[in-house]
Amino acid sequence: MLFEFNNDSPLYRQIAEQIEEGIFTGVFPPGSQIPSTTEISRQFNINPATVLKGMNQLVASGLIEKKRGLGMFVTPSAPAQITEKRQSEFFEHYVAQFITEAQQLNLSKNDLIGLIERGYDHA
Amino acid sequence: MPNLQTTQLIKQFGNQIVLDDINLTLKPNTIYGLLGRNGVGKSTLLSILANHQTASLGEIKWGDTVLTGRDHPLQAIYLMSEINLFNKDDKLKTITKNTALLQGSFDHELAEEMLTAFDLSPKKKLNQLSTGYRTIFKTIVALCVPAEYVFLDEPVLGLDANYRSLLYRYILQAYESRPRTFVVATHIIEEIATLVEHVLVLNDTQLIVDDDLENVLAKSYRVSGPEELVRKYCTDLNILDSQQMGTLYTVYLYDTLPTERIIPDRLTIEHIDLQETFIKLTNKGSEAHV
Repeated sequence: MLFEFNNDSPLYRQIAEQIEEGIFTGVFPPGSQIPSTTEISRQFNINPATVLKGMNQLVASGLIEKKRGLGMFVTPSAPAQITEKRQSEFFEHYVAQFITEAQQLNLSKNDLIGLIERGYDHA
Repeated sequence: MPNLQTTQLIKQFGNQIVLDDINLTLKPNTIYGLLGRNGVGKSTLLSILANHQTASLGEIKWGDTVLTGRDHPLQAIYLMSEINLFNKDDKLKTITKNTALLQGSFDHELAEEMLTAFDLSPKKKLNQLSTGYRTIFKTIVALCVPAEYVFLDEPVLGLDANYRSLLYRYILQAYESRPRTFVVATHIIEEIATLVEHVLVLNDTQLIVDDDLENVLAKSYRVSGPEELVRKYCTDLNILDSQQMGTLYTVYLYDTLPTERIIPDRLTIEHIDLQETFIKLTNKGSEAHV
């Protein structure tokens, strides 16, 4: 997995999102330890307070948990939680955008359904 | 640790006002970025805070104590200065030894580690060093003194990209191993954008930004699209600059977007980074009112 940062949202949120992405794709499976605040801070020259804020967001949403003296670990329920969250965001993030773009390209609803079917045939 | 606070601080050289009505509170254990164009008074502000210079007017408080100059907490506040306060003919190891005596203590272990990392021999004399190495050495000393407030004035001046990156890492390492306040004055804005928690911008004698980095970036936008739509959307918002390219009109904002205003499809609204925000805030001629 890669850590890449842009201007789109606060840095702490991007850190949280990228660790979440790592959990989702299985780079950090349930029960595994994620990199420490210090490691991330040093590796990318990021203020440790910023990294910690991102971590705390993940702790608050139950994706990681702190084991005292050991570090941060992925919770057993984290992958399922992320999947559930992303399913509910799927419409907003992809479907709505997809339809807007299609309308600008003069593609009809049937054209879209056709394209989706074509996509599945190639998947 | 107490706050370090200025109230209505003014600095004049002759009849030229350099700093006007600076009200600033530095808090413990925070990394600040102090930004400003050349000659705007960043170094002057830092050296007043460190009691190397006196203010013309105004008050400096250390916690609840008003500082008068004589009772300055010298060992708690350290300024890595542009101007060389060290004896140029001294060997580096002599300088660190003297600094240790003057400041009460010194992290010799970190100093040694950094000297090795930057490939700098403690047997060299200060006047044998290049500009870059002189900066490196002064920064090493600043990171190793026991001060609670450390002011780094251009800590990467004359350093190549590799050494700049290494130096930022050591600043973070020093901060993590013993949290304290760093104020980093620099022109290499892009590179410290992830390092700092709080941003201070000096412009035209005034402190125009004093806010958490997150808030500064959240208010910095570029809006572009057809001129009429851009103008309508940006009505009454704080516009820093605008550009015209054919029919494409671009406006730079430093403001919170009004949630009730609908963003037309043909407008693109993006956040800009700290460096671009700084340029737009401090460009002469552009009307920056923050």
